[in-house]
Amino acid sequence: MTDPITLAVIQAGLQQVCDEMDLTFSRAAFSPVIAEADDRSDGIYSAEDGSLIAQGSKGLPVFVGVMQFSTQSLIGRIRDGVTAPPEPGDIYIVNDPYLGGTHLMDVRFAMPVWRAGQIYCWLSNTGHWPDTGGAVPGGFSASAISAEQEGLRLPPVKLFKKGVLDTEIWQIICSNIRVSDQRIGDVQAQAGALRVGAERLTQLLDRYGDAMVTQAIADMRQRATQQMRKMIETIPEGRFVATAIIDSDGVVHQPLLIQLAVSKTAQDLVFDFSGSSRPCLGPMNSVRATTISSVYLAMRHIFPDVPISAGAFEPLKVTGIEGTFLDAHYPRPVSGCAAEVSQRIAEAVFAALVQAIPARVTAAPAGTSGNFCLGGYDPATGQNYVMYQISGGGYGGNADHDGLSNGCSTIGISKAPPVEIMEQKFPVLYRRYALHEGSGGAGAHRGGFGLDYEIELLRGEAQASFVMDHGLTGPLGAQGGLNGALNRVEVRRGGEVHVPPHLSKAQDILLYPGDSVRVRTPGGGGYGAPGDRDPALVAEDVRLGRYSAEDAGKWWNWQG
Amino acid sequence: MAGLVAGVDVGGTFTDLIIADPATRRVQLAKVPTTLPNQAQGVLTAFEATGADLSRIDLIVHGTTTTTNAVLERRLSRTGLITTAGFRDVLELGRRTRPKAYGMDGRFVPIIPRDLRLEVAERLDAQGNVLTPLDESAVEKAALRLLDLGCESLVIHFLHAYANPDHEKRAADIAARVWPNRHITMGHALLSESREYERGVTAAVNASVQPLLERYVASLAAELRQRGYRNDLLVMNGNGGMVSASTVSKEAVKTVMSGPASGVMAALATGRRAGFADLLTYDMGGTSTDVTMIRNGRAPVSNEIEIEYAMPIHVPMVDVRTIGAGGGSIARIDGGGSLRVGPESAGSMPGPICYGRGGTQVTLSDANLILGRLPAARFGQAADAARVAMMDQIATPLGLSVERAAEAVVRLANTHMAGAIRMVSISLGADPRDFALFAFGGAGPLHATALARELAVPRVLVPARPGITNALGCVVADLRQDYVRTLNRPLDTVDMAQVHAIFAAQEAQGRDLVTGEGIALTDVRVEFSADMQFVGQTHLLRVALSDGQPTRGDLQHAFEAAYLKRFKVALPTIKANLVNLNVSVIGLRPALDLSALIDSGGRQASAAPTGRRAVWFGAWIDTPVYWRDHLPLNLRLVGPAIIEQMDTTILVEPGCIVTSDADGNLLIEVPHD
Repeated sequence: MTDPITLAVIQAGLQQVCDEMDLTFSRAAFSPVIAEADDRSDGIYSAEDGSLIAQGSKGLPVFVGVMQFSTQSLIGRIRDGVTAPPEPGDIYIVNDPYLGGTHLMDVRFAMPVWRAGQIYCWLSNTGHWPDTGGAVPGGFSASAISAEQEGLRLPPVKLFKKGVLDTEIWQIICSNIRVSDQRIGDVQAQAGALRVGAERLTQLLDRYGDAMVTQAIADMRQRATQQMRKMIETIPEGRFVATAIIDSDGVVHQPLLIQLAVSKTAQDLVFDFSGSSRPCLGPMNSVRATTISSVYLAMRHIFPDVPISAGAFEPLKVTGIEGTFLDAHYPRPVSGCAAEVSQRIAEAVFAALVQAIPARVTAAPAGTSGNFCLGGYDPATGQNYVMYQISGGGYGGNADHDGLSNGCSTIGISKAPPVEIMEQKFPVLYRRYALHEGSGGAGAHRGGFGLDYEIELLRGEAQASFVMDHGLTGPLGAQGGLNGALNRVEVRRGGEVHVPPHLSKAQDILLYPGDSVRVRTPGGGGYGAPGDRDPALVAEDVRLGRYSAEDAGKWWNWQG
Repeated sequence: MAGLVAGVDVGGTFTDLIIADPATRRVQLAKVPTTLPNQAQGVLTAFEATGADLSRIDLIVHGTTTTTNAVLERRLSRTGLITTAGFRDVLELGRRTRPKAYGMDGRFVPIIPRDLRLEVAERLDAQGNVLTPLDESAVEKAALRLLDLGCESLVIHFLHAYANPDHEKRAADIAARVWPNRHITMGHALLSESREYERGVTAAVNASVQPLLERYVASLAAELRQRGYRNDLLVMNGNGGMVSASTVSKEAVKTVMSGPASGVMAALATGRRAGFADLLTYDMGGTSTDVTMIRNGRAPVSNEIEIEYAMPIHVPMVDVRTIGAGGGSIARIDGGGSLRVGPESAGSMPGPICYGRGGTQVTLSDANLILGRLPAARFGQAADAARVAMMDQIATPLGLSVERAAEAVVRLANTHMAGAIRMVSISLGADPRDFALFAFGGAGPLHATALARELAVPRVLVPARPGITNALGCVVADLRQDYVRTLNRPLDTVDMAQVHAIFAAQEAQGRDLVTGEGIALTDVRVEFSADMQFVGQTHLLRVALSDGQPTRGDLQHAFEAAYLKRFKVALPTIKANLVNLNVSVIGLRPALDLSALIDSGGRQASAAPTGRRAVWFGAWIDTPVYWRDHLPLNLRLVGPAIIEQMDTTILVEPGCIVTSDADGNLLIEVPHD
C-alpha cells in the first residue's frame, strides 16, 4: 500500500498528465472537429493488458474507457507477432472499429512510455478526423451496407518509426482521404500530445520512482473499484428494465430495439442486453468496445465523482450482446455507432436506473448529435465545400429541476458553430434558429426544449445528408413524465415539403437555390407526473410562448 | 503630480483604501467591511477611517464589483432586446453546451427573458449586404412595447451587424426617439466580431448593468464631491486601465473583471520596481484562486473570457484564470477511501471550522491551522473543533495521525493548485525558471513556497501588503486603451500597407484618448500584437510585435517561432493566417514610491523573532515567528520561519532563503533538487 498522501498526489499527477495531453492536442489541431469540438481524448494504459489507468477530464465523453480496448488489442497483436513490436520513438496508428474502436473517423495513436528499455505503460489518444475516405465526405453514409463503403481501415501500423514519420504509409493514407493537405497538422498535434504526455509522465516517475508509481496505480485501481461498489450499494435490489428505440438503420425500414435489464449481483451491476435486435444491414451497428464504453459513459453521467479508470469499470458487467447489433463484426457498417447508437445505449441505462435511483438520474435527454451534412459547389467561390451542422436538444427533467434546453449530445461536450460563421463559410442562409416550442416532455419537471432551425441554399447545387435519431419515438419520460417531442426533418423543394422516408436519416438529397431544410430537434423527457407540476410554472411557460395554450391544456389541464 | 492619489477597491468581504502622498512618500491604509447593496457607504467609511482631507486628493481610482455581482446574482436592470426575425432565442439557446462534462442536469437562465426579446424584419448576409430592409415602424412598435413591459435598458442586436452596422444604428436612432433614457446598447458597438451568441450576451450584459453602474458611480462621485473631492472619479476597467466615472457606464460591461485586473496591475507595478518582468501572479482567497501569467512586463489581455457557465464576455480584459481552490476548499474521503480536496468549498459562510461560524466540514484552512502555520490563538475554541473534525473525518478513516492527515490535505491542495497554474503557464510553453511567483490574497503567501517548489519556479515575491493588493492596483494602474481589428486572411495575401495603417490609426486614437484624460503621464507606451494561426486552424496564438510596422517576413518568423515554442512543431508546408491586429496604448503614470507601504518607523536593526511556535514540516519543528513590519531591509533569513503581518501569514519552508528589497518586498529563494 502506498501511503495515502503520496497516493493522492500521484493520482492527481497522472490526471494532469492526461489533461495536458488533451490541451496540447486541441490547441495544436487543425480539424475544427478536434480543435473546437474537442472530439478527442487522451489516456494512460497499462503495459500488461492495456487497462485504463487515467484519462483526461476534458476528453469527449464517448471515449470513456474505449481506448483500453484498442490498446488491449494492440498488445495482443504484438504478443501474437501479427504487429511488429515497438522500439523507442515508435507511434502506432489504428482506426479499425473491430479491433476495439468506434467508427473509422476516430483515429487512434498509441505510444509506449519506456523505462530502462522496458515498456512502463502506453499512452494513447483518439481524434475524430474530418474524413477517412469512403462513399460520402465525412464518413457518415446513412446507406452503407459494408465496412469498405465507410472508408479506409487501418490495422495498427507504425506511423512514426523511431520518432520519424513514415512518409510511405502517410502517402497511402493521404491518397485515400479527402482534404488531405492539412491532415499533417492534425497528425503532428496528435503525436505531439503523446510526446508531451511522455515527458510529463517521465518527470513524475523520476520524482517518485517507478516502483512507488506502480504501487500507487494498483492502489488507485482497487480504490476506484471500491468507490464504484459504494455507489452500486445505493441502488436497491431488483431488475430494472428499459427499451430504447433507434428509428431504423437507414436502409431497412424497421426500428432497432435495445433491450436492457439491469440487476445487482453480490458486488456487481449487470447490464443484460439479451433480446436486442440482430445486426442490421445499414450503418447503425455498434461494436463491442463502443457498446461497453457507452454503458461506462452513462454510469459516469450518473456518478460523476468516480474517477475514470479500469478499476471503476470492474464492477460493471455487460452481457447478452453477442449476436445483436450491439456487437457487430466485420464487414457490418458501423458509422452510426459512436454518434447515435451510443446515445441510445446510454438512454436505456438512464431509463432503467431512473426507476432504481430516481433522485440521481434524469429522464432521457434528446440523445442525438443531429449530424446534418451539406456538400456542394459554390459558384461564387468556384470551390466545393462540405458543411456540417450539429445541433443540441432538450435534456430530461430530473428530481430537482426542468431539463436544460439545446444541450449538447450525451456523448459530446462540443459547442455548435455560430450561424454567422456558417453563413460566412457556406452559401446558406438560416431562416430561423429558435427554441423548438412545445418540445419539452410534460412532467412535474418538464424536459428542456430542442432547437428549430431552417437552412436555405443560396447558390449552386448541393446534396444534403442526415444522421439523426428519435424521429419515430421521443426521448423517454421518467416517473410518470411524458416523452419529449420527436426529431423532425422537412425538406422544402420547389415549394413542396418532403419528409425523408427514414425520418431522421437520409443521404444525398439534391437541393437547388431557394430550397431549404428545416430541422426540429427532440425535447427532453419529462420527469414526474405532469399533474404534479406547479401551476405557476405552467402559466409562466405559456406566457413565454414555450408551450401553446392548447398543449398546456392537453398536458397540464391549463385553462388560462 | 504633487497631490495625493487614492485607490479604493471593493471586494467581496472588505473595502480597502490606500492614499499615497508622492511628495512626502507617506501612505495611509484602511480596511473596512464592504457594505451591500450600496458599496458607496463602505468606500466613504474607509475615507473617514483615514481622516483624509478629500480636497487635498488629486485623484481617486475605484475598483468595484457592482457589475460583477449584478451579473453573477442576476440582479439586473430590466432589459429588452430587439433582434433579427427568426433569432430571438439565440440568447437562450447558447452554443449547445452543458454546465459539466459529466452529469446531465444543470440550469441556465438567459440574461433577457423570452417575453422581452422581440423580433423585427431585417436581414443582412455575411458580407453585410441587405437581404431584407429594416422594418422601421416595427422597431418603434417594439421599443414602445418593451417600455410598456417595464424595460429600463434596450439591446439592439442584428445578425451580421459587425459587417454592416447601418441597421443597428438606424434602429437605435428610432428607438432613442421614444426611449426615456440613454440606456441603449448596439451589439456591434462593443464588439465588432462575428459570433451572434457571444456578441449578443456581451451587449445584453452591458445594457442590463448599465443603469446600476451609472447610478452607483454618480452617487459615489456626488458624495465624494460633497466631502471636498474636486476632480474626476476614475473607475478601473477589466483591461487594467481606468475610465472617468462620467463615461464608464456607456461600456459598463468592461468593468466586470475590475477587481482581478487591479490585482494584476499591482503585480506589474511591484514587479517593475523589484526588477521582475515575468511573474506568475497567484491570488488565493477563501473560495477561489486567480492566476495570471505576466511576460516581459506586459499584462496578458484576452477578448474571450467566460465569467460563468455560458456567459461569455468578449471585450478586452486581463486574462485572469480562476481555480476553484481556496482556504475554504473542503477535504473529504470518497467512497473508495481516497482523500479528496475541493472543488466544493465552505465559502466564507459558514467557512472553515476554525472560523467558528458553524462550519462542520474540514477545510484547507483548518489543515493549515492544525499544522501550526496559522496562529492558534487567533481562533480560540474553534481551533480545537477543527482538530477533532480532522481526526474524525480524515485521520481516522485513513489511519493517520491528525498532523499527517492535515499535511495530506495541504499537499493534495497544493498539487491541484500547481496543476492548474501549470495548465495556464508552463503547458503553454513557458519555462518556469523564468518566473517569480507573486503571491497575494489572504491565503496566497501561506502556500507560495510549496507551490514554487512543485512548479520548479525558483523564487517567490511577497509584496508589502498582500491583503490589499487590489487597492494598490488602483493607485498604480496606468491609463489604457485596447483595440482589436479582425482581418482573417492568409498572410501572403494581406496588404501590409493596410496593416501598418490600421496599427497607426489605432495608435493615434489611443494616444488621443489616453492623453485627453488630463492626468499626468510620464510616457505613452504602445504595444502591438497579432493573433495568428495556420490556415485551417481555429485556435489563435498571440504574437507580440516590436512595433507597428512589421514586414510580412517579420510576422511569419514571429509566428513560426511562437508556434514552435508552444507546440514543439514546425509546419513549413502550411500557410500562416493573420486573424487579428491588436494595439494597446498605455499612458504610464509617474511611478509611485511604494517603500512606505510598510511604515519604516517600525523597522528594527536586525530580525528578531517575536516568538516561536511548533510548525509541522513532516515533523514538528520549533519555528521562529517574525512580525513583518519589524523586519530590516537588509534581511537574510533561512527557513523554516513564519512571518506574520496584519493581512496575511507567510510560510517559509526549511531551506528557503528570505531577503528584502528596498520597498520591503520579500524575496524567497526556493531551492530545487
